[in-house]
Parts: sequence; C-alpha cells; structure tokens
Amino acid sequence: MINERLAGILADSFFKILLPGLTVTIPLTVLSFGFAMVIAVALALVQFAGIRVLKEFARFYIWVIRGTPLLVQLFVIFYGLPNLGIVLPPFPSAVIVFSMNEGAYCAEVMRAALEAVPEGQMEAGYCAGMSYLQIMRRIVLPQAFRIAFPSLGNSMIAMVKDTSLAANITVTEMFMATQRIVARTYEPLALYLEVGLIYLLFSTALAKLQSIGEKRLAFYGRRRG
Amino acid sequence: MLKVRNVRKNFQGTEILKGVDLTVEKGDVVAILGPSGAGKTTLLRCLNFLERADSGEMIFDGVRLSLPKAGKKEIAELRKKTAFVFQNFNLFLNKTALENVTEGLITARRLPVREAEETGRRTLDQVGLSGRYDYYPDQLSGGQQQRVAIARAVAADPEIIYFDEPTSALDPELTGEVLEVMRQLAAEGRTMLVVTHEMEFARNVSTKTIFMEDGMIVEAGGTKQLFETPKEARTKEFLRNTGR
Repeated sequence: MINERLAGILADSFFKILLPGLTVTIPLTVLSFGFAMVIAVALALVQFAGIRVLKEFARFYIWVIRGTPLLVQLFVIFYGLPNLGIVLPPFPSAVIVFSMNEGAYCAEVMRAALEAVPEGQMEAGYCAGMSYLQIMRRIVLPQAFRIAFPSLGNSMIAMVKDTSLAANITVTEMFMATQRIVARTYEPLALYLEVGLIYLLFSTALAKLQSIGEKRLAFYGRRRG
Repeated sequence: MLKVRNVRKNFQGTEILKGVDLTVEKGDVVAILGPSGAGKTTLLRCLNFLERADSGEMIFDGVRLSLPKAGKKEIAELRKKTAFVFQNFNLFLNKTALENVTEGLITARRLPVREAEETGRRTLDQVGLSGRYDYYPDQLSGGQQQRVAIARAVAADPEIIYFDEPTSALDPELTGEVLEVMRQLAAEGRTMLVVTHEMEFARNVSTKTIFMEDGMIVEAGGTKQLFETPKEARTKEFLRNTGR
C-alpha cells in the first residue's frame, strides 16, 4: 500500500501540516486557554463568593455555553455576527469562541476546586487578621489550582483537538492544511492518519507537561492519614 | 480585659448557647470544661466571630462590640488582637511552617518580610521546631502541626489566645508536647481561653475554670476552688466521672 509516491506525499506533507500546527494550532490553544482561565476564575469566584447578580449571570453563561455545540458557537460568531455589522477575522473569532467555551467548562472545575479547599483554611486566615481578598489570593486560590490542575490539564488536551473545528471558519490550522493537501493528492486515509498522529504528538507532549507540573506541585495537597 | 454578656446562639431551632456571661482578666488562663455538645466550641467561635451569635455583647480592651451586629472593620480590628488555635490545626496547606507563622504578620500586620521571618523563626524555636522551618504541614506530625499553629498564634503577640480543644485531634502520645508548649505560654503570662478535655491541664495550668453544660455556664471560679470544692451537684458529678 505504501508506495514511493505515497511515502513522498507523506514526507512532503508532514512539515506542511506541522507548520500551521506550530504557528496556528498551538498559539490558538495557548491564547484561548489563557483567556479561558481568566474567565473561569472570574466565574468561579463570583459563584464561590455568592455575589448575587454576578452569580446568576455566571450560572446563565455556563448554562448557555455548555448547552450549545462548539461548532454552532463558531458559526454564530464568524458567520452570524456580520449580520449585525460585526465582522471579525477568522483567528480572533476562533480565540473568542474557544476562550468563552473553555472558560465555561473550566469555571465548573475551578468552582469545585474552590469548594474542595477545607473551610478551615478560610477561618485560619480570618483569625490571622487577613482580609477576604488576601485569603483568597494567597491561601485558597493556590490550593484550588493545585486541586484543579489535573482536570485543567485534561481540558487543555481536549482543546488542542477541538481547535480542528476552527477549520470550519477558515482558520488555516493543521486540519485545514491537511484537507487542502488531500484535495490535491487524493490520499485521504494516509493524510488524515498523519494529521491524527501529529495531534497525538501534541497531546502527548501536553500530557507530559501536565505530569511534570503535577510532580512539581506535589509538595503539598496530599494529606497523610 | 474581655467581658462577654448574654451570648445566645441558635442552630436551626436548637439553642446551643443560652445566655453565657464570661470575664477574662489579663494573664488569666481560663479552662472551659464540659461534656460534648455543651456549646464550648460554639462559644469560643462566637467570640472571634467565626460564628455569629444571635445576641450578646463583648467589651474587649475597652472596646464595646455587639456580637450579632459588629461590622467587618470592627471584627478585623478585634482579630488583630486575638489569635485562635483550632482543633484540627488549620495550617495553610500551601505554606511552609515558617510561612504559616509569617503570613499573617506580613499581610495583616504589614510587617517587613525580614522582620516577620525573624519573629517566625524565633517563635518556631520556642515551640521546639527549629529544624522544621521549611516543612509543609503534610510533612509534619499532628503534634508538630499544632505547635506550628501555636507559633502562628503567638507570633502576632495577641492579647488573648483562644484554644479550641487543641489536643483532641492528636494521638495520645503527641498531646504531651502540645500541652507542654501551652504550659510554657501560661508561665509567660499569656492570656488564654482554652476549651479542653484535658483535666490534668485544666487543673494544673489554668487559673480559672468554667464548667459548661447544655449551653449554660454551670459553675465558674478559681481552678483550685472549682476542682476541690465544687458547689454545683452537676460539677461534682462531672469531676467524679472524669476521674477527679
């Protein structure tokens, strides 16, 4: 099955696929995940602190975002908003949608993590004379991040793969690049397997980073019996 | 120094504190004894606003505070003069022993880091943890953790330290080292309010003893008097049952 022609196509396409991976997929993931974390922490904090109106807003936001497909969200922003006169380029559109989407999911992870920090940590902070914000910033949030870290790592890995959906709004990331080569060479099986392999490489690298991160954070957070 | 009047607290319709009065003078070591469910811990938590009492007021250092109504600022001011040692330590899990002690000094009392660390090391030395500055709570035994917690309480030089059953979560073997540190603090003249089941400690270290039951103070007095010539029948019974 693998003849010389196919081997040539695969070798030739590898870097053509990898390049948009490095210049589009990775930046898209990193940027979006960064913004997503900001959104997530904000949504989790207003819920944790029980700030009435903001909490309602957070619940509503999470409800809508989690309840609708990512692909639909991409289309609404990129193809839908121009109806209102709002025209966004593909890449920023993708960043906005991925940040908002991932933010909703990670908000739930962060909220659960905040709730998992023992109540006594807060009380000890108060008794040491610290303010609510000081306790949150220095005691509770760092512990919550430690608790949330594995789940957040998971989400990030999932996100790398989800960025392939951005091909649908004309972002030339890895998958789009692959489709173009397929259109030219008629070797869908080999090429889609190849791009799958590159996604696998990215995911593996992230999983590795995650386990390194977990080890570095392991100095606390595990209770002895 | 601390005067508390008519503290009442309900939890879901159950009256936990039924009007408690309490006076602590500077230098007093007050032991609060009583069976489980007497409201001892709740009383202590109300005094530092970890729980909101339904009624009652306190005069702390000449400052009058309503227990149900005191505002954030008043409470924050009060807490800078007090310290609390918890039954289950509640050390900051993401901070080392030294950081646990310095955290409040740096953030709440705005001490320069270097000064805070000096104080932190000195207080950790005092509780016998010179070699453990950089250990995380998870790397310490229960007794060591509680001693860090006591160091954290003492470091800010509070006017009163509240102890909520400080040895109840410890292995019997480890209670001794914690009680020893508390004995040392008492000898230094620290003002302490100690909820405890350690009869030995109450008898030998405290200057005053309060016996509580069912949300009320049954009897209060000098430790010697209360242990040797208790007035109330219930106090006598409690002391007899606990081996006195």
